[in-house]
Amino acid sequence: MDQAPPDIPRGETDRMIAEVEAFTPAEALARVREAESRDAERPGHREPMIVNLGPQHPSTHGVLRLITQLDGEIIRDIHPVIGYLHTGIEKQCENKTYWQAITLVTRMDYLAPFYNIHAYTQAAEKLLDLRVPPRAQYLRVIMSELNRISSHLVWLGTSGLELGAITIFFYSYREREKALDLFEMIAGERMNTRYFQVGGCADDMPPGFEKRLRALLDELPARIDEYEDLLSQNPIWLERTKGVGILPAEQLIDLGVTGPALRAAGVDLDLRKRTPYSSYEHFEFDVPLGTTGDAYDRYSVRMRELRESVKIIEQALDGLPEGPHIADDRKVVLPPRAELATSMESLIHHFKLVTEGFTVPEGEAYVAVESPRGELGCYLVSDGGPKPYRCHVRDPSFVNLQALRPMAKNAYLADLITMIGSLDNVMGGVDR
Amino acid sequence: MLESTVFVDEPVWLVIIKSAFVIFIVVTAFAYLLLAERKLIGRFQVRYGPNRAGPFGLLQPLADVVKLVFKEDFVPAGANRVLFVMAPVFTVVAAIGAIALIPYGDGTAELFGQEFNLVGADINVGILFLFALSGIGFYSLILAGWASGNKYSLLGSARTAAQLVSYEVAMGLSIIGVVMMAQTLSLVEVVNAQQDALWYIVFQPLGFLIFLVAGVAETNRAPFDLPEAESELVAGYHTEYAGLKFAMFFLAEYVNIIIISAFGATLFLGGFDGPFLPGFLWLAVKVSVLLFLFIWLRATLPRLRYDQLMAFGWKVLLPLATLNLIITAIVVALGFAN
Repeated sequence: MDQAPPDIPRGETDRMIAEVEAFTPAEALARVREAESRDAERPGHREPMIVNLGPQHPSTHGVLRLITQLDGEIIRDIHPVIGYLHTGIEKQCENKTYWQAITLVTRMDYLAPFYNIHAYTQAAEKLLDLRVPPRAQYLRVIMSELNRISSHLVWLGTSGLELGAITIFFYSYREREKALDLFEMIAGERMNTRYFQVGGCADDMPPGFEKRLRALLDELPARIDEYEDLLSQNPIWLERTKGVGILPAEQLIDLGVTGPALRAAGVDLDLRKRTPYSSYEHFEFDVPLGTTGDAYDRYSVRMRELRESVKIIEQALDGLPEGPHIADDRKVVLPPRAELATSMESLIHHFKLVTEGFTVPEGEAYVAVESPRGELGCYLVSDGGPKPYRCHVRDPSFVNLQALRPMAKNAYLADLITMIGSLDNVMGGVDR
Repeated sequence: MLESTVFVDEPVWLVIIKSAFVIFIVVTAFAYLLLAERKLIGRFQVRYGPNRAGPFGLLQPLADVVKLVFKEDFVPAGANRVLFVMAPVFTVVAAIGAIALIPYGDGTAELFGQEFNLVGADINVGILFLFALSGIGFYSLILAGWASGNKYSLLGSARTAAQLVSYEVAMGLSIIGVVMMAQTLSLVEVVNAQQDALWYIVFQPLGFLIFLVAGVAETNRAPFDLPEAESELVAGYHTEYAGLKFAMFFLAEYVNIIIISAFGATLFLGGFDGPFLPGFLWLAVKVSVLLFLFIWLRATLPRLRYDQLMAFGWKVLLPLATLNLIITAIVVALGFAN
């Protein structure tokens, strides 16, 4: 099969964008039926087989449903149907005070909880015009990058599993477990932490944390070598990933694809470099780029990002500034526990913050962070009250998923699985 | 021509005892191959594997079987009832039937004063018969997928058919080398020929490699496990099977692995031939080595894609097997063999 991407003119791209919108199940089926009845009249017509992949399917990364038209092993067309994991988190945020909503937003992209809160808290901080102390910014960078490592390890394990490489799954989860242990140590929860608060971080590093983190960082490069030993030169792995799921960089940009999927196509877009936030400008790291944008490039970009993340955490630990871990603004930030027993004023602040939350000046703010999957942005609108008027999250999984349909046309069924894996969509983020 | 081994006629009761014994051994071997595989893959994957049921998890196979027996046994509404029920039966019959041809000892032994052969049946077209049985086994997989009335199953069967055609040919050609050297199609004679000379892996290393690769494909094992690629086809041809019917497919798959290993050991590694130990132990050792290889492959390699599998079969294995065949033919014709 010819995998070379067709040279798509501008107008065609626009049309494709319009077509890749997600459907409701009824709409998708109606479209399939319509296409069928149209095709059936053509002479020499071969009836495609319609296979419903998902929402319960071993490798659709959760509950993605793909209505697939198959001609033998070749995909004629797919219709993605989403919404099976709809949680209504965005809407629920409108009924929570700003600090309560943090607990909810972590649960969107459940493999990258720190990024969800990071975008959200930064948006709230922007509205409040609140400065985050440098130590808190560094702590945020450390936890974010550790989260990038854990998220990429999940991706590596599951996408390996989908291609039949079962062992890599256990290897990568072994290291992910250590990252989760560190999350638990610093935030009390292994996933869905609410470690970042508006104004900084919930607490400083607990004693012993740095030692364990450094031990993990020392171990990781050798472990990443181990993963690469298993896969990077493996002829079957190369056969399965090289040349699979290529879209031209221009079309990827038109579709709004960001993150490793875009960088694999050679587009140097990394928000940590383009619009540095949370002191990212202090760190030296490379942005790994690919050339062709196939599944192998996405794999290799993510593997190199793992190594870069290790470097960033090491720099952040070495240069960790002294100072408070959270801003000293009593109208927004909970007072330290010890003060409650001695200061009446602190007690009042504490009571006010916990019962009705803090008010945020009227306005709107959009802040984006570079999540393991791409640009994760949070758009907050405040009407001046203690609850967000609107909280919208631009989740990279949702936007990147749009690229699946143009990619999958005329590909092999087995390659569809590779593509879903290499796009690394998290359905929690898609459905929000 | 080689000297022919003495074969004794056996009374019916002895044949029944012998078959029952061999089938018992192989079915037990299946159960413990399953356990061994899970244990070994566990070790490959930095975990323990099953270790709860009984000491070292030794009762795990029993627990699995009990679970499967008590599962609901249903036939989906869209299925072709007769074929759906018959397919697992065919596959088990084909798998177990093949055991009869593997010789597990030299010459004869005695039971209750009655001599018997240390092989189920020494047919003069043994190798061809084995191929025929494996063909029937594949046929039942195709039937199962088609009769299920499930699209995933159908796709799994289509892949099975393609795989069968691609790899059966290469495997057949790789074996013809051995047949030419031994000048016989009987498995007992092949072993006897190896006892007289060297094991055929020495003369036929390429043939052995092709046989192994094709054997992995024939048994639907990773990296050629496309007919049941779980990430694409859920479970392939046995998606709709549950309970005992599923257990029969499972049994057949693993018995087939044992058969292919025993077949390979017989053709290339001298079968029951070896010093000191009794013949069946040697055969068991050789089979175990090949089985370990199967498990190792599964733990290490990703799965091929359908078209890549076909390309590999037709463009790599088949030409190599043909080349091997031509060279062997020339050598044999010049009179160097044996």
